[in-house]
Order: sequence, then structure tokens, then C-alpha cells
Amino acid sequence: MRRLTLILVVLVLVLGVAGLNSACKPKEQKPQVQEEIKIGGVGPISGEAATFGLSTREGEQMAVDEWNEKGGVLGRKIKLIFEDDKGDPTEAATVYTKLIEQDKVVAIVGTVMSKCSLAGAPIAQAKGVPMISPTSTNPKVTEVGDYIFRACFIDPFQGTVGANFAYNVLGVRKAGCIFDVGNDYTKGLAEFFRDTFTKLGGEIVGFESHPTGATDFKAQLTNLIKAGAELIYISDYYNDAGLIMKQARELGFKGYFLGGDGWDSPKLVEIGGEAVEGGFFTNHFSKDDQRPEVQEFVSKYRAKYGKDPDALAALAYDAMNLMLTAIQNAGSTDGAKIRDALKNISFKGVSGVITFDENRNPVKSAVIIEIKNGQQVYKTTVNP
Amino acid sequence: MEKIFNLQQLINGIQLGSIYALISLGYTMVYGIVRLINFAHGDFFMIGAYAAYFTVILSSAKGFNVPVPIVFLISMGAGAGVAALANQTAYKPLRYKPRLSALITAIGVSMFIEYIFSALPFIGPSYRAFPNDKLIKNKIYEFGTTTLSNYAIIDVVISIGLMLFLTYLVKYTKVGKAMRAVSQDKDAAKLMGIDIEKIIMVTFIVGGAFAGAAGILTGISYPRIFPYMGILPGLKAFIAAVLGGIGNIPGAMLGSYIMGISETFATSYNSLLGEGIAFAILIIVLIFRPQGLLGETIAEKV
Amino acid sequence: MKFSRNYKLIFYALIFYFFVYLSHRFGFLINDYILHIINVSLIYVILTVSLNLINGFTGQFSLGHMGFAAVGAYISGILTTLIWKIKPTNLSNYILFIIAMLIGGLCAMIIGYLLGLPTLRLRGDYLAIVTLGFGEIIRTIINNIDYVGGPRGLLGIPKFSNFTFIFFITLISVIVMRNIVYSTHGRAFKSIREDQIASELVGVNTTKYKVMVFTIASFFAGIAGSLLCHLLQIAHPTQYGFMGTILVLVMVYAGGMGSISGSIIAAFGLTFMSEGLRLVLRKLDDITPTVQIGIEWRMVVYALLLILIMLFRTEGLMGKREIRILIPEEEEK
Repeated sequence: MRRLTLILVVLVLVLGVAGLNSACKPKEQKPQVQEEIKIGGVGPISGEAATFGLSTREGEQMAVDEWNEKGGVLGRKIKLIFEDDKGDPTEAATVYTKLIEQDKVVAIVGTVMSKCSLAGAPIAQAKGVPMISPTSTNPKVTEVGDYIFRACFIDPFQGTVGANFAYNVLGVRKAGCIFDVGNDYTKGLAEFFRDTFTKLGGEIVGFESHPTGATDFKAQLTNLIKAGAELIYISDYYNDAGLIMKQARELGFKGYFLGGDGWDSPKLVEIGGEAVEGGFFTNHFSKDDQRPEVQEFVSKYRAKYGKDPDALAALAYDAMNLMLTAIQNAGSTDGAKIRDALKNISFKGVSGVITFDENRNPVKSAVIIEIKNGQQVYKTTVNP
Repeated sequence: MEKIFNLQQLINGIQLGSIYALISLGYTMVYGIVRLINFAHGDFFMIGAYAAYFTVILSSAKGFNVPVPIVFLISMGAGAGVAALANQTAYKPLRYKPRLSALITAIGVSMFIEYIFSALPFIGPSYRAFPNDKLIKNKIYEFGTTTLSNYAIIDVVISIGLMLFLTYLVKYTKVGKAMRAVSQDKDAAKLMGIDIEKIIMVTFIVGGAFAGAAGILTGISYPRIFPYMGILPGLKAFIAAVLGGIGNIPGAMLGSYIMGISETFATSYNSLLGEGIAFAILIIVLIFRPQGLLGETIAEKV
Repeated sequence: MKFSRNYKLIFYALIFYFFVYLSHRFGFLINDYILHIINVSLIYVILTVSLNLINGFTGQFSLGHMGFAAVGAYISGILTTLIWKIKPTNLSNYILFIIAMLIGGLCAMIIGYLLGLPTLRLRGDYLAIVTLGFGEIIRTIINNIDYVGGPRGLLGIPKFSNFTFIFFITLISVIVMRNIVYSTHGRAFKSIREDQIASELVGVNTTKYKVMVFTIASFFAGIAGSLLCHLLQIAHPTQYGFMGTILVLVMVYAGGMGSISGSIIAAFGLTFMSEGLRLVLRKLDDITPTVQIGIEWRMVVYALLLILIMLFRTEGLMGKREIRILIPEEEEK
């Protein structure tokens, strides 16, 4: 009998939680469903790519605040519910589900890392919730379905830009690649670079990978150096890239460093120190771009957050603006209508003019940024 | 072939091995004395790195520079302190309970340290750049195609220095003798009048201090720290200790260098192999020579 | 009647099932989110009970349990998603899913058998490390196979796991494992736990039983893995690493090593507590938007719980005891 009581107690507790949970929900939701339009935001606020997520959130929030000041969208206020996916695909899947099922968002602007977008996109697609990823560059993301868009260029383009720069501008003929074998973005980018560079006539002297979270790259770097690499293409994120460059210099490497948009973070210089000096990377945006919309964005961002925006903030800002404009154009919060509005949209964003091709990828330019004196300096723009 | 087995990689491997050695010694000493695999040992290592990090950051923010040896001592002290704390609160109460409980508790302590570091707002789960330039400036020496960083030299020298100190401690001091006695036979040692708990505490403190030293050295040589940095090195250092013969101090040193060098060579061949080689070594050792290279077989008494 | 207690057990289980099912259907108390948590809890029940077989009943020390779940998840996932490409639209597809799940379980079982072999020579501590290593090796291998998505994970897995399915699979699994525990085999397991050498001396083939328990437990872990990935629609190597096993381990110890009912209670309790914490922390975050307290504290609580259990109540909630309903009547003579 005592055991039975135990079971009953537990059951009661369980139900209690369940009850509490449901009881709490209706009160909040009913009056507000008519009032606010909820948009979901997803990004890594914790974990290895935390600065990306924070910038993304800031960019999205700024866009939302600006629209709300002008009266919101469709006459209703906008609420941004931003969730942390920790840079983990499982967490992303959970968070997407929560935003759609629990918070009932009408659209999602997220997420940052391709592997997380790849986990979340099928969920959004299945539920007919339009999604724009601000920064996921892996081509497979938009292939998931017609509700999935992105605001940035894709890796095949980025890798090509990098290879062209290395071959034509820097005059390099022998390059080596190093990437994180556990990360689809870095791996894909390295592969695209390799393919284009080889096609141009260059030689890839080494294609080294390292496990996720490694801190010692000396073995791989030693291989690349011994093979005579004049340039090392480091497609990793800033936290690995900084270390890699440092160790490469320690091993006596005197050549060029080239990378992708994963480098875009103030922590790159923090981690890499002097080794990063003179490095180049492809990016979506540079704050030195003299176009008026860019400068306006930069000064607004500075005023609001007290620091300069990076590409992620710019892309997030554009993505959120894109989504809200589409909702406005569609005249409704219906997923299918927003999707159609997005397909036909032509939008002048901070990161360039955005129209979507048949794969829902934007046709945009890339910029090349050089690290000079520990600062990001705009080098040149490359058009598709 | 030359790609893999060359002097540069050997140097890289020795540098790595030195760091593993410092961590590994702590594991082996603790196991020798209380038969506990202290899963949290890797986290003492992490704490040492963070202690150095905060010391440098905070002191340079205030405008003064703490001399390098002091930072070292702070790291070692942090490692020792946490080790002592763990022993006192979590391991000591379970001293005479089944070993499994202590093992699980060790896992719990490890998780606790990692997650609380991750959760505390001023530490956080993100990577941090270790300010190694502020501590010791990097210098590179070149010999033909091989380069040697002064960090590598520091790692090896300090590591060997500490190992020599430990050997002296264990062989020529009274405390060391007591440590050996307790690890051979706890009850007999007690009968001889040795205060077991005190000796165990000393062991943890020394082991923790070494782990802390490994932490600051890692911060200098591989300057990126985060709360979970202790998991993988801890595991590999443990495997190194098993390889050498767990409970055996020279064994831990030997095992660590073998581990460091093998890992570097394996990684230069294929990074997947590099990831797995530690475990491969472990399984091979445990199947073919479970007592390790320098260990002795112990017959199980009924 | 010889089986009356078993009937009672199934009866109570069915009451639970109908209660949840109907409540959900009519939107009373149990919404999608709660149902999701219940589903996850049930899957963890299978994982916890199966790990309990090894760690609790046989006294071995396996730290690689999620590796078996990974094998089951990926194999069944490959079959349903990549090879057969089926969706939960009709009954015949469900049959295929069951087949896929069983194949997944079988593969996990083979791996379990292979892992069981080295355990013959290893003592507790070493066994722990080897099983840990094994789990990590499996995870690393999966991470490097591009066909199953490697570090991307296996995506777009059709959602075959619904409450009904999960519930009955769990029920069957628990009953089967319960029956094993109270059989001759189970007695052999327990004897190995109590004193391996003594049981060898009285003629128990400890080798055979140690390998057997790994094999059985891994099969069920594989089944649980299949259920899990077909619920979350994604399988990713990070879910099945050491950290994943720790989660299950805490449930085993919290519930009681050697108590099936304890495992069930712990699986439900900890899963709900974990989600409850997430909600509580979220509310705290809403109150203080500038200082994000962070969901990270959830794991700190887990770790603390483990330590406290070990220090103050090593035997867990139920110790070695069972809720009466679960014990077959023949035992009480």
C-alpha cells in the first residue's frame, strides 16, 4: 500500500506540473494573440560561436525596435522571441519546435550556424513557418524547402571569391587548407575553395582537418608548411582560426592567411594576437562601405549598442527587415502568403541589394577584409 | 613517411607529452593511494588555467604586472585548493563505501565544476583568449626546417622539473615514504601510526598542484580556454597513466610521452586517427597488458 | 490465478495510457509540449532500465550506453530515411518502421556483444574507462561518416514515434526486462554483483552471463535510440556521447541500482524536473533581461544531485526494492 501511495504521489506531482504549465499558458496567450505579432529569433548565445549569436540578436532587435517605433507591422506591435541554440543542432531542433508550437511565432529569423539551420529548417518547413537564415552559408539549407530563405551569399560563391583572390590578387600558386572536420560549414567552404583554386591552375598542397575543439594544430600545420604552402586557407570560426594562425607563425610560417566569414569577430584578434595581422577574409559587409544606408546603419548601431556592428549584426538586421517587409507586403501573417511575398521581394539592405533566385538564395556581392593594426579594413568588393 | 616522422612533429609530440605528464601524475598518484579514478582531475587542470587567466586580466586592468613565477604559484595553488576541497567534501565521506560510489561521485564533481564555470556569468561557456603574450613573450628558434618555440621549451623544462621534484618527494622524504606505504597497504600503514587522511590529502594537493601547473602551461602554449577544456586532456592523461601502469609514477611519465608523440604522429597522418588513437591505445593495453608497461600484476585474493 | 499480478500491472499501465491519450485528445491538461516530455521520459525509461541491468543488477560498470542507442538510432534512421524513404502515412509503413527498429536493435545488440567480450578480464574501474572509450569511438566514427550526415547529423527522419507507439514499446520492454530479472538469468546477474568469485565457485558461468547482460541491455538501448531519433526527427553524434550516458546514469543511481520501479520513477522525475527548471529559469530570465541567468544551471543541478545522492543516499530512491506490482507473484513464497 505504501508503494502505491508513492506512485500516486509521483503521479500527482507530475500532473501538477502539467496542470500548472497549461494553466499558465492560456492567460498569457489569449489577449495577446490578437495584439502582438511574434517573430522567433534563433542564434548561439552560448557556446563556441557566442559572439555571432549576440550580434545576430542585436541586429534583429534593432530592426524590430525601428519598426515598432513606426507603428509595428500590419498595425500591430512586433515581439521578438530570441532563443539560444548553443550552436548545437539538437538544441536548435528543440528551440525551433518550442518557438513554433509553444510561442506560436509567425516567422523565424535564424539561425546562425549552418548545422543548426539544417536542423531547424525541416521543422519550419514542415509547419509552414517561413524562415530566413541571416548567415548560414551552406547551400543545403535552402534546399530543405520553399519556406526556407537566407540573407547571405552561399559557400560555393564564398569559396570561389576566396580562391580568385588568392590566385589573381595575391598571386599564390600553392595553397593549403585546414578546417574543422566536425563542422559542415568549414568543411564545405574549404572544399569549394579547393575546387576553384585547382580549376584556376593552382595547387592544393594539403587538405588538413582537425577534430572539433582541438587546441593543437601543430601536426597539421607542420604538414602544410613542409609541403610548401604559400597561403593557408583557414575556413574555421574565429576561435579556432586565431589559434591556428598563432601556431602557424610559431612554426615559422611566413605566408598568407585567408579565411571566410567565420572570422568576423573582435575576438579573432584577441585570440590570435599579432599572428592575425595581414590576414584576409571574405565577408558580407564592411562598416567602411561608403554607401549611405551602410553608414546610417553603422551610426544607429553605434548609438544603440555603443560599438561597431559586424557582418552578423548587419545580416541579421537585413534579414529581419526582409521578413517584416514581406509580412507587410503580404498583408497577412499567413505562412504561405509571407513565403510568396518573399519570393518576389526586392530589398535594399545594408549588406547589399537582395533578391532571391530560384533556390531562395540572394544574389549578392562579397567584400574582402584585411586585418591591419588589429582592425578590420575594407579591401575590395567582389561581385557575382 | 618523412611527412609524419620528422623532427618537428617529434618536438610537437614531446611538448604535448609534457603537459599530459603533469596531469597524468596526479591521476596515478591518487589512484595509487585510494584506488579512485578521479574524473574531476581534468577540471583541476582547467581551474589552474582560469586562475592564471583571471590573475593576469585583473592585474593588468589595475595596472600592475604580477611576476610570472607568482602566477604559476597561483595556478598551482588553485588546482591544489580545489583538489583538497573535493577530497574533503566529496571523497572522504565515501572512503569506506563501495568504490563505485566514489567513482560516480567523482563524475558528479567533474560535471559540477564544469557546469558551474559554464553557468557563472563572469566566466561563461565561451572560449576565452589566454593572454599568453602578457605573461611570456613568444620567441621562435629555427634550425633548418624545424622551428622551436620557447613555449615548448618552457613546457618541457618545467614539466621535467616538477617530475624531478616529485621523485625526490616520494623517494627521499618522510612524507613520500608515508605515501608509498599507504598506497601499498592502507591498513598496515594505519597500524604503523601513519595518519592516512593527512597523507591522502597531501596526495590530492600535490596532484592538484601539478594539474594546475599543466593548466597554466596549456594556457601559454595553446592560448584558448573554456570550461570544458579539461575533459579530453584529462581522459588522455588518464589513458597515459594506464598505459604506463596506473599507480606507478615513472610509468605515468613514460606513458604520457608515448601518448603525446603517438597522438601527434597520428594526427599528422589523419585527424580521425589522431582522435581515436588514445582510445585505441587504451583498448590495446587493457587487452594485452592490463597492468601497463611498468606496472605489476596483482593477484586477486579471494 | 498465476498471472493476476501481471494483469494488474498491465491494467494500471493502460489506465495511464488512456488518461494521457484522452486528455491530450480533448485538450485537457496535456498539451503537445507535455506530451513531448512524456514521450521523452518513456524513452529514457527504456534506457535507464536497460542500463540498470548492467550497472545495477549485474554490478558491472558501463559508461558507454548511449553508444548502443546511437547504433540503433542511426541504423533504423538510415533505413527509414535514406534507403526506404517511408513516411508515417499508412499501416504498412509502420510495419516497416518496426522492422527498421528491430534491425537497429539487433545491430546494437551485436555491438553490445562485442563490447561484452573484453569485460571478462576487466575490473570495475577499467571497465568504466573502456566502455567510455567505446562509446566515444562509436560517436567519432559516426561523426566521420558523411553518408549519415556526419557532423550535420541525420536529418529529416520521419516522425514514426508517437505516444501510443512509444508507450507500448516501453511497456513491452519493461515487462520483458522485468521478467529477465526475476528469472534464473536474473539471479545469476545478481550473484555476480554480490560476489563474482563466489558465484563462479558455485558454478555460475559468470562469463556467459556478463556477456549476456551487455547483449540484452544494448538491444533495448538500440530500440530506445530508434524511438528517440524518430521522435526528434534528427540524430546527431553529440546526443550520444559521454554526456548523454551521464544523463541516463544519474537516472539509474537516483532511482536505485537494482530497482526497475526506481528507474521508471527517476526517468520521469528527472525529465520533468529538467523541463520544469527550464521554465523556471526562463521566467527568471524574463524578469531580469539584462542578466541572463542561463539554462546552464540546469546541468549544475543535475551534477549536484548526483553528488548528493552518492553522499547521502547511495542506494537511490528505491535501493534494491521494487513496487509490489512489478514483482511477479512467484517470487513471494
